[in-house]
Amino acid sequence: MTDADPVRLYRAVRLIRRFEERAIELVRSGHVVGGIHPYLGQEGIAAGVCAALRADDVVAGTHRGHGHVLAKGADPARMMAELCGRVTGLNAGRGGSMHAADFAVGVLGANAIVGASGAIVTGAVWARRRRGDDIVGVSFFGDGAVNEGMLLEAFNLAALWRVPVLFVCENNGYATTMPVAGAVAGSIPGRAAAFGIPAAVVDGQDPEAVRDAASAAIDRMRACGGPELIEARTYRFDAHHTFEHAVRLDYRPPDEVTRGRSRDPVDIQGARLPVEARAGVDAEVEEVLTRAVEFALASAEPDPADALAHLYASGLTARTGGG
Amino acid sequence: MPRLSYRRALTRALADELARDESVFLLGEDIRVAASNVTAGLAKRFGPDRVRDTPLSEQAFTSFATGAALAGMRPVVEFQIPSLLFLVFEQIVNHAHKFPLMTGGQCAVPVTYLVPGSGSRAGWAGQHSDHPYSLFAHVGVTTVVPATPADAYGLLVSAVRCDDPVVVFAPAGALDVRADVDLAALAPVPLGRARVHRPGDDVTVVAVGHLVHDALAVAEELTDQVSVEVFDPRTLYPFDWDALAESLRRTGRLVVVDDANRSCGIAGEIIATMVERVRLVAPPRRVTRPDGAVLPFAPALDRAVQPSREQLRAAIGHVMKEG
Repeated sequence: MTDADPVRLYRAVRLIRRFEERAIELVRSGHVVGGIHPYLGQEGIAAGVCAALRADDVVAGTHRGHGHVLAKGADPARMMAELCGRVTGLNAGRGGSMHAADFAVGVLGANAIVGASGAIVTGAVWARRRRGDDIVGVSFFGDGAVNEGMLLEAFNLAALWRVPVLFVCENNGYATTMPVAGAVAGSIPGRAAAFGIPAAVVDGQDPEAVRDAASAAIDRMRACGGPELIEARTYRFDAHHTFEHAVRLDYRPPDEVTRGRSRDPVDIQGARLPVEARAGVDAEVEEVLTRAVEFALASAEPDPADALAHLYASGLTARTGGG
Repeated sequence: MPRLSYRRALTRALADELARDESVFLLGEDIRVAASNVTAGLAKRFGPDRVRDTPLSEQAFTSFATGAALAGMRPVVEFQIPSLLFLVFEQIVNHAHKFPLMTGGQCAVPVTYLVPGSGSRAGWAGQHSDHPYSLFAHVGVTTVVPATPADAYGLLVSAVRCDDPVVVFAPAGALDVRADVDLAALAPVPLGRARVHRPGDDVTVVAVGHLVHDALAVAEELTDQVSVEVFDPRTLYPFDWDALAESLRRTGRLVVVDDANRSCGIAGEIIATMVERVRLVAPPRRVTRPDGAVLPFAPALDRAVQPSREQLRAAIGHVMKEG
């Protein structure tokens, strides 16, 4: 099932990169309200892992979730519309950047609570496999989440009940501003080892290395069940959140940032393509994103009268708050 | 007619739903051996996959249920101790409740949270004796507190069939209630529909859960002095406001008896809503636990903190005297 085509992997990282850059422009111009958590620098992880998945596999991620949603196959135009809060957005403008979800392509949602996806994906995969679907799931989370009890409980349940969930820790070195060294006692693979979960450490800047590690883990999981963990070492090129540019947080040494940015997953994967092929993908991605931005900005804003639409699946309606 | 206990009514409801719908399964601590005595016999009849014992991992298995629901199942999660809901409030409120709206209607989360033994069981002290239904009503999670065996059966069945998350509080004080029940006539009870147990003309006593039985006893004692209507909301959210307004248009006097803390409790909401809607002839009264109450261990102290029949009689006396 692994997508071994270097061009497709490049297209995925390039798409995420340019999506984020266009989204940041829309934050600056005021079209995306509330800002975003940019995935710049981490693209190789979402792209590499999702290249190893089938269309019917499920993923769920984090507040830094655009890459996961796009890599799993969501429409960039509807994703951009979601960031802009439009009715045509993936979530009809009800979720925004941190909650983008597309159940049609197996994305159970970006999730703004750190580490929350672990147990949710475990439950979803367990339920689907009980019905005979041969799927696996991926829970993406950051290095900060490995100190959340809820996630460690999920490790235990998945290992105990042999649920094939790939736990992917995107270790970008910082939980908001807290460096890993100041937050994580022990090691991230050590967390997995405590539950008997096989773990691998991979270079998150190399999309093919991520894909190969994910592929190997997923093949084993599909065959034997049981979770695995990958710690993908990466670097966040930009701010934790776009608000940082306004408050000018100072927590990363400039030479570290320069060093981190020197290993760019887009360039690493791009260098594996003939120059013309790379230029072709770049032009194609540019066109897709130009159309995505146009689509988002041309889309209607939701009707305020429907602010609580979808609150209850049962059709229950809530009392109004006024008067 | 056979006598049916409240506890067995819950068991029967779970058994009937497990038999009726393959997507229903039970999840919880010690449910295999039925430590709460509610799931007795179900593991034997339906097997360990549908009556699933969990490790002590409340946060993970609560979100596991959310994930399973996203994948089309209808989990019922049992919590033996009401205070465990504080531990999983985040998982229910921030995930299960919010997903349908945040995803723009892409999903439903039909999970039932069953809490047999909510409130005080003599001698269980501070961390086992809360009755936190108002918290769930506040955030808008469907909240059910049945008082009788037939209602316990019918409301639990409706909760399992509801497409939204539902918390079913079975008060410890009601678990041993027995009633003559025509088993063939047991049926789903619609959520959000109140029941008048005893009609009256002078004062409407709204009683929650096991307090319905105290209210009926007090009403009986006072028969010669005052005609008391005993109103059981059955569902605290959504609340049957129209039925209560209709009752108060006849009686004009309101007393609420509610075994939860006073500040921001459901009793306050009931009074506020009725004061907005109906012209009362006397200021309404509420009988509750004190503000911020923690149940002390010694039996006399435990009882001193819970609403009593004496307090209810006094409150009825006040509203009769004041208008």
